[in-house]
Amino acid sequence: MRAWLAAHAGGFSAALKRLSITPLGSALNALVIGIALSLPVGLYLLVSNLQAASQQLTAAPQISAFMALDASRAEIAQIEVRLKQTPRITAFRLVPREQALAEFKKSSGLNDVIEGLPQNPLPDAFVIDAADASPEALEGLRDEIRQWPRVAHVQLDAQWARRLDAGLRLARLVAAILGTLLGVALVAVTFNTIRLQVLTRREEIEVIKLIGATDAFIQRPFLYFGALQGLAGGAVAWGIVSAGAYLANRSLGELSHVYAALLQLNNLTPGDSLVLLLTATALGWLGAWISVSRHLALIEPYIHKSLQ
Amino acid sequence: MISFSHVSKRYPGGHQALQDVSFSIDAGELVFVTGHSGAGKSTLLKLLVAIERPTSGSVIVNGQNVGALNRRAVPFMRRSFGLVFQDHKLLFDRNVFDNVALPLQIAGFPGKDAARRVRAALDKVGLLKFEAAMPITLSGGEQQRLCMARAIVHRPAILLADEPTGNLDTEYALEIGELIRSFNQVGVTAIIATHDQSLLAQLAPRVISLRQGVLEPGAAA
Repeated sequence: MRAWLAAHAGGFSAALKRLSITPLGSALNALVIGIALSLPVGLYLLVSNLQAASQQLTAAPQISAFMALDASRAEIAQIEVRLKQTPRITAFRLVPREQALAEFKKSSGLNDVIEGLPQNPLPDAFVIDAADASPEALEGLRDEIRQWPRVAHVQLDAQWARRLDAGLRLARLVAAILGTLLGVALVAVTFNTIRLQVLTRREEIEVIKLIGATDAFIQRPFLYFGALQGLAGGAVAWGIVSAGAYLANRSLGELSHVYAALLQLNNLTPGDSLVLLLTATALGWLGAWISVSRHLALIEPYIHKSLQ
Repeated sequence: MISFSHVSKRYPGGHQALQDVSFSIDAGELVFVTGHSGAGKSTLLKLLVAIERPTSGSVIVNGQNVGALNRRAVPFMRRSFGLVFQDHKLLFDRNVFDNVALPLQIAGFPGKDAARRVRAALDKVGLLKFEAAMPITLSGGEQQRLCMARAIVHRPAILLADEPTGNLDTEYALEIGELIRSFNQVGVTAIIATHDQSLLAQLAPRVISLRQGVLEPGAAA
């Protein structure tokens, strides 16, 4: 066990040494890997934030029923009765047109324009909570209310959120595909780096093979190198995404003031960050492993260069 | 300790490097393998450390049939040899100490003991004061002695040297000869491939002589 640990410590420190011999090259490699990984990770972050937001919005789906502009009080009262009589409706609220106009004035800041209108352009409306929030039930209810007299327009408030959700699922798929492709790219970059290293260390490998080094001993520094390079790339990607989220939050903060609503982009969770770093490390290791096992087999030692 | 029986080696190109070679070497012997270049000396060494495998016949080292050894077992078999090369094969990216420590690292030898052994080996070849130097700063003779230190640091049973004096002045060659003699005197089996006549005169070893892949009569035992 101690010998095993010592062997791995040796491989690890040899890999660190190799990274530090060429600091600029190592940094550039980490940067390339980091930039490549930051694209899918950033997209993922964006999608999961939007998804969380849309789930909040779709949590309480409501139906809005707008009356015709010229509907009379009596006609509205009739609709109120029908709403009360429908068991699939748990609650509803009347928004009279005067109140709607007042709210609109307040929130839009278009006071002057509205004052100049000859009459109130907004209809009376009902905001309705359904007992069953499934899309089918909501659509059934919407279609039913639409048939009622003097109801001009019925709208499912949750519908845009569901469309957003479908869009987000597509974006998630894009992130996954991009992630897979760039993961393959990471493996390829590592493969190539390790290939060059094996070639430049050809003589050393031949010598230590002759002295009795096992394949595992020879491979270990290369594998650690690949894993460390992947880890560094993952860290760069994390940095890029975090910096992006920080900058986005700063401008979102200004937007929040304007819209008087709290808009915020949550950064990667510790769990997500760990997965990112571990994945990058594993992919770097994998690229190094494929490369080193392929290229080591091609190097056989010799005693001196003549054939006999 | 080592025995070749009816060993032939034909390379893929058709070159017959060794033909029906049989001999054996006891533990503690000092043996020279001589012959002109192309006589098969290097092939013989390559067969010993499993770089090549015989086309026919068997090569036995320490009771193991080297030619039939599993690929995974080869590194461990090689650790019973200490190898000295004509071109030293030192690693120039690390200092003298680390070069000598390499066989111990490979064998997974623990740190403190390893350092002690490395210094003992360096002391033996007279390079202790250079332990922190880079090998490139050493002279040819010193590099060859460094190679010797690396070969014996893990206390192998067999010292295997390929033209150890090939690139050296007479004075340095004498030093190397003395080192070989001293290792042999403490019980290390030494097999030296060379055509250095002065080394031969210096050490007066048993000689296995090859001519065009065939053992010369009188040399076999």
